[in-house]
Amino acid sequence: MTTRWTRKDLLGLRELSADEINFILETADAFKQVGTREIKKVPALRGKTLVNFFVEPSTRTRTSFELAALRLSADVINLSATSSSLTKGETLKDTARNLEALHADILVLRHSSAGAPQFLANRLKASVINAGDGAHEHPTQALLDLYTIREKRGNIAGLRVAILGDILFSRVARSNIFGLLKLGAHVTLVGPSTLIPREFEKLGVQVSHKIDEVLPNADVVNLLRIQHERQRREYFPGIGEYIRLFGLTKERAKLLKPDCLIMHPGPINRGVEIDSVVADGLHSVILDQVTNGLAVRMAVLYLCGGISA
Amino acid sequence: MSGTIIRNGRVVDPANKRDEVADLYIADGRIVGSKSEIRNPKSQIEEIDAKGLIVAPGLIDMHVHLREPGFSHKETIESGARAAAAGGFTTIVCMPNTSPVPDNPGTIAWIKDRASAIASVNVLPTGTISKNLAGEELAPIGSLAKVGVVAITDDGHCIQNHEVMRRAVEYARMVGLPVLDHCQDYNLVSNGVVHEGYWSTLLGLPGWPAAGEEVIVMRNILLAELCDHPIHCQHVSTAGSVRLIREARQRGVKISGEVCPHHIALTDEAIQNFDTNYKVNPPLRSQTDVDALLEGIADGTLSILCSDHAPHADFEKEVEFDAAPFGIIGLETELGLFIDLLVQKHARIDITRLIEMYTVEPARLLKLDAGTLLAGVRADVTLIDPALEWTVSVDQFHSASRNSPFDGWKLKGRAVRTLVGGKTVWKL
Repeated sequence: MTTRWTRKDLLGLRELSADEINFILETADAFKQVGTREIKKVPALRGKTLVNFFVEPSTRTRTSFELAALRLSADVINLSATSSSLTKGETLKDTARNLEALHADILVLRHSSAGAPQFLANRLKASVINAGDGAHEHPTQALLDLYTIREKRGNIAGLRVAILGDILFSRVARSNIFGLLKLGAHVTLVGPSTLIPREFEKLGVQVSHKIDEVLPNADVVNLLRIQHERQRREYFPGIGEYIRLFGLTKERAKLLKPDCLIMHPGPINRGVEIDSVVADGLHSVILDQVTNGLAVRMAVLYLCGGISA
Repeated sequence: MSGTIIRNGRVVDPANKRDEVADLYIADGRIVGSKSEIRNPKSQIEEIDAKGLIVAPGLIDMHVHLREPGFSHKETIESGARAAAAGGFTTIVCMPNTSPVPDNPGTIAWIKDRASAIASVNVLPTGTISKNLAGEELAPIGSLAKVGVVAITDDGHCIQNHEVMRRAVEYARMVGLPVLDHCQDYNLVSNGVVHEGYWSTLLGLPGWPAAGEEVIVMRNILLAELCDHPIHCQHVSTAGSVRLIREARQRGVKISGEVCPHHIALTDEAIQNFDTNYKVNPPLRSQTDVDALLEGIADGTLSILCSDHAPHADFEKEVEFDAAPFGIIGLETELGLFIDLLVQKHARIDITRLIEMYTVEPARLLKLDAGTLLAGVRADVTLIDPALEWTVSVDQFHSASRNSPFDGWKLKGRAVRTLVGGKTVWKL
């Protein structure tokens, strides 16, 4: 293997090279193996302390990071916004410096503000892993998506990937776009014009508002959650119209190629962006994504944690 | 009795169409026409060698936040005035977003008293347009005029109700005060923190669209025309605003615009590391906008240069990008940046026009008895070395704050000495 990992932090996929992304995926292969053994634990991060600092709520990503860290034998502390001093007016910087004073080695940060992980990475000796920052990046989610595509299809270059839904507010979309383009996939963004900034076309992705034209050619359809809580303003007229124009209904699923993969970062809104039977159907690799997320996060913690040592 | 002779400088006095190597004479704090008017004995005459320097009327920055009263951990009238002097400014106009808000004659009187007691340069306050900057009811604009505000503005709190704004402009016309406006439509801008475009899209930061400024610039043009009274658009940042103001000025509408150095020195590309020293309102824009601002400066559409000096403490800026306050300090870098960029690098205007945009133009808009070296006026003078190469160092700033993205920039041209009322208040 020619690539070496030299980064203390994982902040996003935009700054990674294709080699670095592939190196993480290859490292994850080894950790996926570990998950199938009877004893699923390795001593790679024994004696290291990982802080799961989730300023914005999350269940699946937080538990995935926690389990990944435990399987690497790290000690894990979970902190949320309400259990931290942020509610008492302490700044993010001060909270993080206090964690560092306790000799935390790795800080996994979920935050509602874009750039918060970079802000801390610039100021802390500890490794900072971005577990999702505002609408910016969610690199481990995109890495597990890439891992799943690569696992199911053997390769990523040349595949046609449609990302469907709320792109404007989605950190999952951004990280996927950066990662997929670096690995040579063709990316089409599909959704209402209010939720797909046209600036994305400058990156070389295609934009479509006609799902029925995109589905027959897609090798992968990655559905994003329609985020009810963010629809405080009029980005689209309502869920009914959204389903009519963009929902992956069971009728539309018939347009898919037999080997097309359906992915979703969760949590799913059954009956909104995806019909229930489609989410559970043959195309769906949604639960594989969850399994692979563990291996990918073990790889990321192992690589960055090794640098911070 | 005091006397000063500034010898052998290039006297650039656009108000009087003067540009010649000459001596400038000051007696008892005022410019005088000849040496014979200085009555001191020769031994008591201060001589300043200005060979190779430009001798300009004291520069005016008409957009400064001094933060006092209320936020003296960011800046005080005293520290802001020292920063102004060190930047070559003899007169600064301070904005009303303080606490208490100067929507009443008492607060204006307090600011003026404080300034006359401790400020090394002339500090001219603005009053608010609306009570408590709320954009709903008019402040007592006539009373504010009587205690000597030079303009009214709600600054960062742009009045959204066009009817309120229309009545404010009509009323201001009666008392002869220009109206300064920070152009921002709150519905269009919403929670935007950076220019809406390529970089906001990539970084997932909430976008502040150019149209959010332009729609209010257009509103102001229509109201300036309707009321036949000057409205001045603060910190113009977009190509569309330049186009609208240009067209309106050609029709004779009493609309004007100012430019800040960061809006021509930087683009939104600078935000990619989430450094909050680049977070400013209006935000850093695209290269197309920068090019349009330069064109607007060159053809006179944008007639005034200023800093929008907006100090914030380190601990306030050292937070998440969304949470950080907007603002860049500028008093100690603006002249250097504008000489470097406008006169030298882009060669869009000459130094005479630059000085005019810092003196004659704001003095005319605000009806100030300043910005000229005519015999008889207060001897506010700035000595500029247009060829001096220097490096910006925030650690050497006189301002109480450090929120500048220009630390370490190498610039050519700066003020080297500042005189207010004939007295040197700062020199390099």
